[in-house]
Amino acid sequence: MTARIGVVTFPGTLDDRDAARAVRLAGAEAVPLWHGSESLEGVDAVVLPGGFSYGDYLRAGAIARFAPIMDKVVDAANGGMPVLGICNGFQLLTESHLLPGSMIKNDHLHFVCRDQTLRVENAETSWTTEYREGENIVIPLKNQDGQYVADDYTLDQLEAEGRVAFRYVGWNPNGSRRDIAGITNERGNVVGLMPHPEHAVEKGFGPDSVEAGRAGTDGLAFFTSAIKGLLTLA
Amino acid sequence: MPTIVVDVMPKPEILDPQGKAVSSALPRIGIEGFAQVRQGKRFELTVDGEVTDEVLAAARKAAETLLSNPVIEDVVSVAVEDV
Repeated sequence: MTARIGVVTFPGTLDDRDAARAVRLAGAEAVPLWHGSESLEGVDAVVLPGGFSYGDYLRAGAIARFAPIMDKVVDAANGGMPVLGICNGFQLLTESHLLPGSMIKNDHLHFVCRDQTLRVENAETSWTTEYREGENIVIPLKNQDGQYVADDYTLDQLEAEGRVAFRYVGWNPNGSRRDIAGITNERGNVVGLMPHPEHAVEKGFGPDSVEAGRAGTDGLAFFTSAIKGLLTLA
Repeated sequence: MPTIVVDVMPKPEILDPQGKAVSSALPRIGIEGFAQVRQGKRFELTVDGEVTDEVLAAARKAAETLLSNPVIEDVVSVAVEDV
């Protein structure tokens, strides 16, 4: 069996092709999904990729959240389907109330684009089982509205339940509360993060690593984790 | 035509990076004396016809569901204005 992972394209999505490529490199079939469609085409998991859906008008992800496909994604996520939101996809998950909190403009107001070190805080979600808890990984980060905010009660709850999935290491690039780079839901099937694992999946095209320039593939395990989980279920 | 104006502001406890940037730019053009600037959003919903209770209720619903995100923003007013 080959796992089938859907990648949703909204008007203004940028990283759908890279996300689909990451899915294929990890060994699954990438299924393109269209924002205006009401069908998930029978996929086993969904990636909401990065970009600027609807030009970030109103708030990042605020308009895409009401796209016809999102009703299906929300239902599937509530039913336990693995859903990964990257950057704009993370913003979309918070606007859809699948994950708590929200993203506002970076505290320094600048667009950031860099290779970013993260610590894996939870290696038990659908998208992180192939990592070790406490492991540091390097993947690209690029955003303007990347400052994760939530009230203290929500933040305390996330910490207590082990739902902070990733934290920024070395430098907090956007002022996110408690250095949070990514979080998961109670069940662990929905994960959202601002940095971009799909840009670090193939040697020659990733961040610099100790091995060689552009050789970093630390993002690939997001996708192999999901695939392994799906194949175990099947 | 009557217009319903919806004002949305960032919650007081949420840092407002845009307001902060505006605030720090004011002295550069010689405008002093303002302790803080906070930046919000104003929406004008033009009504085709009369503003009934139903229309106002729909505007309030729009304000709470799409025009604002309750995690980071407050709807500070929904008011009818003749333009």
